Amino acid sequence: MKLFKIRGGVHPEDRKHLAANQAIEDLPLAPLLHVPLQQHIGNPATPAVRRGQRVAKGELIGAAQGPMSAPVHAPTSGRIMGIGSFPAHHASGLSVRTITLQPDGEDRWLEGLEGVPDPFALTPEDVAARVAAAGIVGMGGATFPSAVKLNLRTKYSLHTLVINGAECEPYLTCDDRLMREHAAGVLDGARIMAHALGVSRIIIGIENNKPQAQDAMTGVAAPYPEIRVAHLPMRFPMGSEKHLVQTLTGLETPARGLTADIGIVVHNPATAFAVHQALRQGRPLVARLVTVSGAAINRPRNLRVPLGTPVQHLIDHCGGFREDPAKLVSGGPMMGQPLPSTRVPIVKGSNGVLALTATEINAGPSSPCIRCGSCVDACPCGLLPLNMAAHARAGDLEGTVRLGLMDCIGCGSCSFVCPSHIPLVQFFNYAKGEMAARGRAKQKQTETRRLVEGRAERMEAIQRAKREAMAARKRDTAKPAAAAEA
Amino acid sequence: MIETANTSAPYTHSAASVQKTMTTVILALVPATAFNLYLFGWPAVFLFGVTVLACVGMEALALTIGGRRLLPTLGDGSAVLTGWLLAMTLPPWAPWWTGVLGAVFAILLGKHVFGGLGQNLFNPAMVARVGLLVSFPVALTSWVGPHPLFWTGTPGFQDALNITFGGQIPDGFSAATALGFVKTELSRGIPVSQSMGHLPDLMDMGLGLRAGSLGETSLVLILAGGLFLMWKKVITWHIPTAMLGTLFVVATLGHLGNPERFADGTFHLMSGAAFLGAFFIATDYVTSPVSKSGQIVFGCGVGLLTWVIRSFAGYPEGVAFAILLMNSLTPIIDQYTRPRRFGRTRRGEPLAPQGEK
Repeated sequence: MKLFKIRGGVHPEDRKHLAANQAIEDLPLAPLLHVPLQQHIGNPATPAVRRGQRVAKGELIGAAQGPMSAPVHAPTSGRIMGIGSFPAHHASGLSVRTITLQPDGEDRWLEGLEGVPDPFALTPEDVAARVAAAGIVGMGGATFPSAVKLNLRTKYSLHTLVINGAECEPYLTCDDRLMREHAAGVLDGARIMAHALGVSRIIIGIENNKPQAQDAMTGVAAPYPEIRVAHLPMRFPMGSEKHLVQTLTGLETPARGLTADIGIVVHNPATAFAVHQALRQGRPLVARLVTVSGAAINRPRNLRVPLGTPVQHLIDHCGGFREDPAKLVSGGPMMGQPLPSTRVPIVKGSNGVLALTATEINAGPSSPCIRCGSCVDACPCGLLPLNMAAHARAGDLEGTVRLGLMDCIGCGSCSFVCPSHIPLVQFFNYAKGEMAARGRAKQKQTETRRLVEGRAERMEAIQRAKREAMAARKRDTAKPAAAAEA
Repeated sequence: MIETANTSAPYTHSAASVQKTMTTVILALVPATAFNLYLFGWPAVFLFGVTVLACVGMEALALTIGGRRLLPTLGDGSAVLTGWLLAMTLPPWAPWWTGVLGAVFAILLGKHVFGGLGQNLFNPAMVARVGLLVSFPVALTSWVGPHPLFWTGTPGFQDALNITFGGQIPDGFSAATALGFVKTELSRGIPVSQSMGHLPDLMDMGLGLRAGSLGETSLVLILAGGLFLMWKKVITWHIPTAMLGTLFVVATLGHLGNPERFADGTFHLMSGAAFLGAFFIATDYVTSPVSKSGQIVFGCGVGLLTWVIRSFAGYPEGVAFAILLMNSLTPIIDQYTRPRRFGRTRRGEPLAPQGEK
């Protein structure tokens, strides 16, 4: 298949050999599961259970709130221990609303969960509704509610579904293993999604460091001429959806837009597999594959993990730490988030838990920029990271925005290649956060002004009314007096 | 065990470092330098040593005055490299103080006045070279022919000390560079076509058996160093090719137009500091544009200005001036050669969506 060239990118050492040969393994149940009500972009779910209630596996425990939301389901059968605050799977370490479930060990599915005999007989709306009800979100890490993406057909004229099996982050092998071990399920899910989107063309993009996954997918896709498996060159960030689409089709997504703007929707293989399970077996999303890897882990593994399992439980199952990790990361090393603690639960978007040693991270003290231009060459978005960072450092955030801050996808290629070890992404994240805060402050200010002005107006109206009433009374009292005098 | 999360990803890093870059450049300079030190004997060795040491000393002085830590910055090798390049552009038997004063120009005025590593607008070695040339034209234009180490008629260790630290080049040693010779002859009314006959042949020019600056004569070894840097991905082809290509083309055109007045392209390429400048000085990261298209513009500018200065100005050699002039244009070139942003037109507008219903 003809591929197109994209700008920039880097070649980090992929280190996938650590976990790539480990077959998917079911993680035994943890003593307690902490299922956050927000595991997706959008509104958090609202609790649908009471404390002490017994639930079956797959039972709804949090209902979606509005269209931009996703429900959550019990990852196993057991008893609801409570609904409260628990540290989130997030760098901040802040707590979010979480349902705590004590497994009863039976792992008993909810009765009456049944798939659809022929999903292709359903209308696209029905497919999307079932995907929404199953709580499926983008499982590559973005956690965007998948049903919303499937409904893009109503607003855009679409022609292609891309399955993003690039898995360009080093270490991560869960998509690789999924495509190798469940190729037929992934393909079926992709075909169901294509049906929901109203497109026939499907391209499955897989990087060349996963030849077995490429072969497996090519094998199952053989009967369908409209499905193609593309062998992608190894380059980070190949899995950035806009860059993947450009590599596969040569089409460039407009800035600030969606790939749907050019008629393409991108989904992750794990999402496709979840759709397959939701439609064929009627099972909601209650577990996901997680790669546990890094040189500080004793036995790197690819685990099928019930959502809500504490990270510590995964680490214990993998033989614990070989040495104290310098950093514990959720996701890949290029774009992942630091984990504040091992208490936090696995959520729908967690594709990896990495325990990295200082040697692997290879951090160094930062030194002055020597303008080598490596970051300019590496940037897949055509930005000038060195200049943006200089403006951000000087506090000139408008200058940073003018140079294209909002076009930055935060892929980290610039920081990765910088010989001076300048934390460029850190500068950009700071600037983005600061700009967002300023936006909120400005909105607040406008809102306050509106309220104050409204109040002043109301007070003025009251005063006016009072004055008028007073004047009227005066007139009324003056008139009879005058009449009496006369 | 786990500290508070305080830095953003990435949590992995390429092997690149400033120190590694500088070391690679120095490594690439070693063959050409070693050959020329051999070719010009002990005085060159002394001057080279003095210049490099003086640059490191000035760097340490500037860092101390600035209240910065010495080791991380001295250890990055940038001062050594500046000293090394400066020494390579000095006449090989120039007196010791040219190296020391050059270090003052390069490190203090050229670099630290602007704020240190990465902040300077002009290439420090070229600032020093031009500052010295303008201030001390005689010392900076006293050339000698090749006098290899341990050959008969070559100054010994003691004589060499007198040359470098005593300040006198003995009679009978001085020689002219090819560029200087052609220029002088031209000013005496002797056409280029005639004076060219008295120059070393192409083979000697290429190998470096000619008069010239301490490190600039061996084109073969400089080219090898440059190719090594490209292989190591420290530099790319853009600046050297653009500079040498432009120099060759304009010189050839000039020669075709008036062979009596203008030397040909090959001569311009092979003489003076064209190669050294193209591969090692114009490619200086700090003072050249960051984008590839900008680097091509920059290289073309250096090539063109080199020819203009060599052909029309009072000085026979123009590489240093040309690089400094283009250094001053680097910010403007950078401004106009920004890459196109993803999803936007060249003007910065978002591309038109195609799929909306």
